Amino acid sequence: MSTPTATNVLTRAAELRSTLQSQFRDETVKSLYAEAERIARRASQESGSRRYDFDQKIDRLVTSPVFGLPIMAFMLATVFWLTIAGANVPSAMLATGLFWIGDQGILLFESLGLPWWVTGFVWDGVYRGLAWVIAVMLPPMAIFFPLFTMLEDLGYLPRVAFNLDFLFRRAGAHGKQALTMAMGFGCNAAGVIATRVIDSPRERLVAILTNNFVPCNGRFPTLIMVATIFVGATVPPALASLAAAAAVMGVVIIGVMFTLAVSWGLSHTVLKGEASAFTLELPPYRRPGVLRILYTSLIDRTFFVLMRALWTAAPAGAVIWILANITVGDASLARHIANSLNPLGHAIGLDGVVLLAYIIAIPANEIVVPTMMMMYMGVGMMTEVESMDTIRGILVDQHGWTLLTAINLMLFSLLHNPCATTIITIYKETLSVKWTTIGTLLPLGLAFLVTFLVAQIWRLF
Amino acid sequence: MSEHNCGSCVAHAELARMGVSLDRIDRVVALAGNPNTGKSTLFNALTGLKQHTGNWPGKTVTRAEGAFEFSHIRYKLVDLPGTYSLLSASHDEQIARDFLLFGHPDATIVVIDATAIERNLNLVLQVLEITDRVVVAVNLMDEAKRKGIDVDVRTLSRDLGVPAVGIVARTGEGIHALLATVDGVASGATATKPLRVTGTPEFQRAIAELVPMIEAMAPGVPNARWIAIRLLDGDAEVEAALTSGRLVELTAAQQQTAERFSRKMAVQGTQ
Repeated sequence: MSTPTATNVLTRAAELRSTLQSQFRDETVKSLYAEAERIARRASQESGSRRYDFDQKIDRLVTSPVFGLPIMAFMLATVFWLTIAGANVPSAMLATGLFWIGDQGILLFESLGLPWWVTGFVWDGVYRGLAWVIAVMLPPMAIFFPLFTMLEDLGYLPRVAFNLDFLFRRAGAHGKQALTMAMGFGCNAAGVIATRVIDSPRERLVAILTNNFVPCNGRFPTLIMVATIFVGATVPPALASLAAAAAVMGVVIIGVMFTLAVSWGLSHTVLKGEASAFTLELPPYRRPGVLRILYTSLIDRTFFVLMRALWTAAPAGAVIWILANITVGDASLARHIANSLNPLGHAIGLDGVVLLAYIIAIPANEIVVPTMMMMYMGVGMMTEVESMDTIRGILVDQHGWTLLTAINLMLFSLLHNPCATTIITIYKETLSVKWTTIGTLLPLGLAFLVTFLVAQIWRLF
Repeated sequence: MSEHNCGSCVAHAELARMGVSLDRIDRVVALAGNPNTGKSTLFNALTGLKQHTGNWPGKTVTRAEGAFEFSHIRYKLVDLPGTYSLLSASHDEQIARDFLLFGHPDATIVVIDATAIERNLNLVLQVLEITDRVVVAVNLMDEAKRKGIDVDVRTLSRDLGVPAVGIVARTGEGIHALLATVDGVASGATATKPLRVTGTPEFQRAIAELVPMIEAMAPGVPNARWIAIRLLDGDAEVEAALTSGRLVELTAAQQQTAERFSRKMAVQGTQ
């Protein structure tokens, strides 16, 4: 017998198929299901299910059309509030402690007779960049990540997707985009990878391009700091962290609205199409394993994100120090660059220093605030930051920040281009330069447009 | 099937988690199952790795790989994406299906949710069509108990024709028994007789005719029967793989053991 070719096999298969009943496919699947049902009935017995009823009662509440969204907002706001209220004091303590160590380092280097630029580069540049990142990021992350992981472990995320499904469907996007969006709160790169749960390439692209509009953990410290010193400070101290949490919550809601609006825009222009149907399983609530949560969220996530931030903060600190210490003409290089960016910064309600900080922070959004503070404070001007009040003083009194600056900084932080890691991830997932470029420039353009409009309208009044 | 559920004979066989060190691997074990049944939790418990786990379906989107040692035998464990079936053309089902078809795993653990046996069995039956070296891990036994669901693992095992072991992946309960069972199936010491949904006599005849043709065309193809079923079903994906020669290629590539044990594919998987 000669070796059959692929065509032989296919032809014969087609012939044989015609000998089978026409509903062969349905029959196969049906007999599979029947068999599964038969075996399952023999192998498992159900006796009373009080717990199941309880689960269903909770589900009816958290996914109800009336209470679903408010409960969700309330839970998220609680997480933010716990993060802000809890992180304040440790942040200040870390800053004081770490800057004190920096001072001792400077004294040590000076007593060793090392040249001024070695001392400056190491302690005012690299070390201070690292110290800022730890002080600003570590406490909020160490609180936020375990709380978020707990919600994830409990099984709440699919309920979030269920609640938001109707909004995403109306935007022409996939309901599972709510899941990938939620992952984006941890890290946008992770959110982009998570879009693999969406089968349709069109809807997956929509999810990838809009993931950036939820603030990732690298951007939360910026939002939290600005919300604390500008919004929190406008109300009585007792309510400060509540007001700050409300502001962060507001920014997140704006982010979700942009996600929906841009998704709608994309699916009505370049990515036209209908939302596809899907089934979403609501898994049973499971008691979160406390130790495992602490492990994954602290070691895996917090430590991982912090290390990434430190790796970028050290070189960023070095770059800032060099820029601040090379003088051209009458001012430092940093001053020159910031000055040249000033008109653009002013137009969008910010200033040159903030824009420069965003450029330096492209590798990792985490270092925006540290970079900004290092540039504002100059070198050797002041090394002790006892509290948020001091930071507020520096920003408002010395650098002319207003409520507009604060609002636009938060909006810019929310909308601007994704960090380098996310951009690389978008490329890896789409393998398309075009979509990577759009995924980078669309948010950036939107950030400039929105902050520009807000600034212009603000200044009218 | 009580010999599979030997609880005492595993006391001497210690589990050593080897993380991503995929050197000198003796056996390859695939981990399949519906979404959110605790596959990744089991994967982490066995390998000591920290695949992200979470209580929502669709967490594992890549093929993760890790290693462990049991009874002085080194295993590579491949965590496949969670799927409800292997019949559709979606990306994750294809990853899972391709590995089961062409990855030549020495054994496949299908993790099922003890609280939703029926739905999970659909996938088990489909996996049994592809390979007979299967161990069913009935996970979440504790949750089933709390919900008042009593799972008879012995009956399940007898009906399916492959060993089934009850486990609680989160606490590690039953994992040693599971590994002892996997050892038996992978080594061939435990004979399996997987249940195959047979169908009509015409269907049987068609299969019987196609299988030798496929085997002659792609020598060494591990699951001609499954391919025959898919062809009868008019699966465009499988038809394309056949005409383009990808099927023959995949079969050949996977037969080179070097490819199977590639270190490059560790953890991130192939995506």
